[in-house]
Amino acid sequence: MTIPATPLTLTTNPWTAAAMIAAIVLASTAGEVLTAAAMKSIGDLDVIRARSGLTGAIRAVLTCPLFFAGVFFLAIAFFSLLFALNHLNLSLVAPASASLTLVTNAVAGKIFLKENVDRRRWVSAGLVCIGVYLLAH
Amino acid sequence: MVQHKLLPRQYLILGLVSLCAPLGDSCLARGMTTMPAISLAHPGALIAAVFTPWIAAGIALLIGFFASYLTALSWADLTFVLPATAFGNVIVALISRFWLHETISLERWAGIVLITLGVGFVAQGPALTERPSPETAEPQLEEPVATEAQTR
Repeated sequence: MTIPATPLTLTTNPWTAAAMIAAIVLASTAGEVLTAAAMKSIGDLDVIRARSGLTGAIRAVLTCPLFFAGVFFLAIAFFSLLFALNHLNLSLVAPASASLTLVTNAVAGKIFLKENVDRRRWVSAGLVCIGVYLLAH
Repeated sequence: MVQHKLLPRQYLILGLVSLCAPLGDSCLARGMTTMPAISLAHPGALIAAVFTPWIAAGIALLIGFFASYLTALSWADLTFVLPATAFGNVIVALISRFWLHETISLERWAGIVLITLGVGFVAQGPALTERPSPETAEPQLEEPVATEAQTR
């Protein structure tokens, strides 16, 4: 049985689709980098939980201003995703945003978080990026 | 960079990140595609969407994802966590193949192989960038000041 081909976008022109995906990728990258910076400044949550219990770990996270900045951008990414899913097919939004976010996060992690993004991590990000695109497209 | 070996508990956290995110996204997609088109002129409709069953289930899974994700970020680099947890996409594809009996094209099998290679590759490396500890970093910063004070 053959399934009829569906258009990539439901009602939207390519530029609007690109803008929606760019909004998800940029907001998501900003949110993830800020959240990662917040968690590094807090320290190992497992250690905090062992020392001060679950309440202490939650308090440590909720008293970090960087965490809320990250959550703000992640919320923007979330509502951008909801909006995009309402106008574009999942087969376009999911692979494009997921694979592009991997690359932008690797670049942002190196620049802003000073992470050691060695050749191993670049290759992994590249393989996963292409893999996610192929898998979800 | 020093090799930071992960504990079984930490692998479990990475597994939760991997599973909850794609399952949550799938619930969101299912919920949003069954809703009428939402325009920017009526953003309140997006808030109302949050209370529909599929979107609510998706949000619950994404809360589980976020808690595990924050825990993982507290002991591993962002550039380690993101590729390492991409294996969830493979799990969802395998569930759809062997449980839901969906067909997986050659292109998708290629995607599964590439993600598996990428995850295996990054998982062999260190999880965290080594930084000087505060105990060793502080004397280095204070050293010039101490020297200046001594000369006076």
